[in-house]
Amino acid sequence: MTFLPKPKVRHPSLPKNSLGLTRRDYEGGLSTLCAGCGHDSITAALIEATWGLDIEPQNMVKLSGIGCSSKTTAYFVSGGHGFNSVHGRMPSIAMGANAANRDLIYVGVSGDGDTLSIGLGQFCHAIRRNLNMAYIIENNGVYGLTKGQFSASADVGTRAKKGEVNQQPPIDPVLLALTLGATFVARSFSGDKQQLVPLIQAAMRHKGFALIDVLSPCVTFNDHEGSTKSYQYTREHYDAAVNVDFVPFQKEISADYAAGDVLPVVLHDGSRILLRKLDASYDPTDRAAASMAIQEHLKKGEFLTGLLHVDTNGKEFHEVNETPSIPLNQIPHDRLSPGSATLAKVLARYR
Amino acid sequence: MTDRVNDFAIKIATVNGTGSASANTLLMKSIFRSGIPVMGKNYFPSNIQGLPTWYEIRVTRDAYVARSGKIDVMVAMNAETYARDVREVASGGYLIYDSTWPRPNLLARDDITVLGVPLAKLCNENFNGVRTRILMKNICYAGVLAALLDLDVENIRGLLAETYAKKPQLVDSNMKAITLGYDYAKQNLQCPLPLRVSKLEKTAGHIMIDGNTAAGLGCVFAGATVGAWYPITPSTSLMDAFKSFADKLRVDPDTGRKNFAFIQAEDELAAIGMVLGANWNGARAFTATSGPGLSLMNEFLGLAYYAEVPAVLFDIQRVGPSTGMPTRTQQCDILEGAYASHGDTKHVCLYPKDPEECFYFTRDAFDLAERLQTPVLVMSDLDIGMNDWMCPDLKWDDGYVPDRGKVLSKDEIAKLEKFHRYLDVDGDGIPYRTLPGVHPKGAYFTRGSGHTQYGAYTEDSAEYQIVLDRLSRKFHTAKRLVPKAAIEHDPKIDIAIVAYGSSDGAVREARDILGSHGLTANYMRLRSFPFGEDVEKFLEAHKLVFVVEQNRDGQMRSLLTLETRVDKARLRSLLHYSGLPISSEFIVNGVLAEVSPKTRKPEVVPAAAKTSGGAA
Repeated sequence: MTFLPKPKVRHPSLPKNSLGLTRRDYEGGLSTLCAGCGHDSITAALIEATWGLDIEPQNMVKLSGIGCSSKTTAYFVSGGHGFNSVHGRMPSIAMGANAANRDLIYVGVSGDGDTLSIGLGQFCHAIRRNLNMAYIIENNGVYGLTKGQFSASADVGTRAKKGEVNQQPPIDPVLLALTLGATFVARSFSGDKQQLVPLIQAAMRHKGFALIDVLSPCVTFNDHEGSTKSYQYTREHYDAAVNVDFVPFQKEISADYAAGDVLPVVLHDGSRILLRKLDASYDPTDRAAASMAIQEHLKKGEFLTGLLHVDTNGKEFHEVNETPSIPLNQIPHDRLSPGSATLAKVLARYR
Repeated sequence: MTDRVNDFAIKIATVNGTGSASANTLLMKSIFRSGIPVMGKNYFPSNIQGLPTWYEIRVTRDAYVARSGKIDVMVAMNAETYARDVREVASGGYLIYDSTWPRPNLLARDDITVLGVPLAKLCNENFNGVRTRILMKNICYAGVLAALLDLDVENIRGLLAETYAKKPQLVDSNMKAITLGYDYAKQNLQCPLPLRVSKLEKTAGHIMIDGNTAAGLGCVFAGATVGAWYPITPSTSLMDAFKSFADKLRVDPDTGRKNFAFIQAEDELAAIGMVLGANWNGARAFTATSGPGLSLMNEFLGLAYYAEVPAVLFDIQRVGPSTGMPTRTQQCDILEGAYASHGDTKHVCLYPKDPEECFYFTRDAFDLAERLQTPVLVMSDLDIGMNDWMCPDLKWDDGYVPDRGKVLSKDEIAKLEKFHRYLDVDGDGIPYRTLPGVHPKGAYFTRGSGHTQYGAYTEDSAEYQIVLDRLSRKFHTAKRLVPKAAIEHDPKIDIAIVAYGSSDGAVREARDILGSHGLTANYMRLRSFPFGEDVEKFLEAHKLVFVVEQNRDGQMRSLLTLETRVDKARLRSLLHYSGLPISSEFIVNGVLAEVSPKTRKPEVVPAAAKTSGGAA
């Protein structure tokens, strides 16, 4: 994990959000990823999204595992704590952190190796718990840091840089998440900032586990002919099904849309996601239909993108656990420890 | 046999899943309630129903807490294990069996008294239903023992009434079975036996509790708010206890909300990850596991050591290697606990001797973990964790203030020019930390990769070493913060015993017995790792030191030789690793084999130390 401090240059004309902060205040260290890496575009979208949501930087918690993708957490919102954990185990760190303080905003950034191989178990169980976090997979089908091995998301027939052809079927995180009951499932492309920024904002405001699988080409090891995760392939086979406008509660505006095209979804804090369906027959609230549509497109070698499924009725971890609204790490000790008189009563059972 | 009042051991051989556990608890507790100190040990299979299981009750007027190594009364209820059960009875002892069917092989010994009671017949005549008859047969032997040992039947009735407060009809049927056995014994056998109980006043101010319950209770009182775990014997009951206490004691009366989070993880990898995430974010969080689980947690323990994240981990040790014998006890994770994970890692370990110490060490573990910003492993074992031990009443100091360690407040962060996560500001090796959500100036990046004392990534040798060396200093600081060894040191004596954890009770009794042979040995009970100067001095002061442990390889002896200046040749291992709790007899025999009480001159073996292995 490399972190080079980026000099802060203040310019009076930079636009400010309602907290008086500019986009520069949401940046992090200088990226050390390869020039042209899709991941850096996602970092830019994360900066734009958090700035636009007026998030207090210290309320951001950025979590990651190991790999190129996991470096991303060092490159945005330097005013928020980051936790670069061990390979594939970020969801458990996020679970514990979230259990301790439900008030913060948790963003996990992972990759296809970190999520779909070594971390597949933890990924699945975080979904089952409906852990309240935004979980971004920077998906490039390849192990970058160890120089080009196939990941579990590599498509059958994909040719590695050194010529080897992948024969094992891929794990699709989006389809997997749907079958596990995920309440927010999206796919996007690192090159489509227009689509990605509102998706990230919606994911951060969604109550529960919000997955965004972002196709993010690896310029060094997987951007050649024969790869289905190259820039060229992705741009050519990229089909937006449901795009999103995110409207924070405080910023209700009369949205520019024609009735019938747009499905508004109200989130728990009053903010809204406006789903702009490009295909009128697509129903993003129907889990089974979403799954079918994604598979139909995959058969044709196409990636359906946008907010593919959303369910705002799911109970997130704290609701199931019945924890109080005050974060557990802020309950004073005298309310946690029952005291000597209670202990004496408890001991009666053991006489 | 001459009268042996309040000083004998009973062993009950049954089949698991037949209700014998209730009968055994009933017997033990009724003796306890008569004011007589008692020990209970459960030797159970890794199985739900149908395999052999034993329960050992030692009635001990001198309040010893370990096995003596001898069985005076055997209740042989399991035909499958008759042969070995008969063999185990001490000469002059008694064997009670179900005489519904002839059992000629039980009569093979003429140095013990065999007493037959037609338990199955009695229950078949008085109860209906196969399952009820089996269950009642086991309650029935408790009635037989009550008559033979002169137990207080009113105590038994009282205990049943408490157990079945919500099902009074069960009190009646159980009492009926007790009475059947009791009356049969009174009418047909000579009651009471020379081995019997007689009321004492020695259990007031004491409880019978297991270590997992005490630790779970300790977590509630110490203010733990997050418990994450994956089920594994024999640690599961610790988490069950925490949940059960917290459900009663931690629910907000106004809102009904739970002031704790209880998370059953998908595996031990996730359980320890959750504990790190929660502690990192300012909650007191813990997990409980056993051998295989501890192995899985290694990677994260290394991260916690290096990134300096507090964590409390209970390792309820069981027999290894690998799956081993999950329901048997050992002290076999000592080295793994101390050095868990790759790279240069060391961990603070606490070694509780019994459930009472589990309770207090739980509180200490949370304080130490947050003070030192590192994992603390409470190294309990199955014997402590799952058996009921007689302990003094647990006490709680209402003035206790948790030590949350060096966590900077919002105002403190605001005043800083710049926050440096891993800088040794105070010279004790312990840096300052910040929590998320407090102040943007306090933000830093937690990582398991190389980092500088300022918290930045590094691959620079010098920068890396500064942090690694400070971690060493921090571990040195830990030496004066961890619980001190319990030392009994008479400078005139140059022989000593060193032990830890659940071996303590057996050592105490063994020292008394050795004393009666004219041999006195000093005693040091290790209570924690890293070892302090007191440990060094004690080892230096003795020519011969017996290190008593419940593992094959003498792991604590190894740890002592690695971490102190002690001359290896002076340390003699006494190793008990059968899976059963260590007995005083084993230690006495081990010491006497090496040291003649008459000359009191140990035969010091030069060069490579000799180890006496083997189980009791």
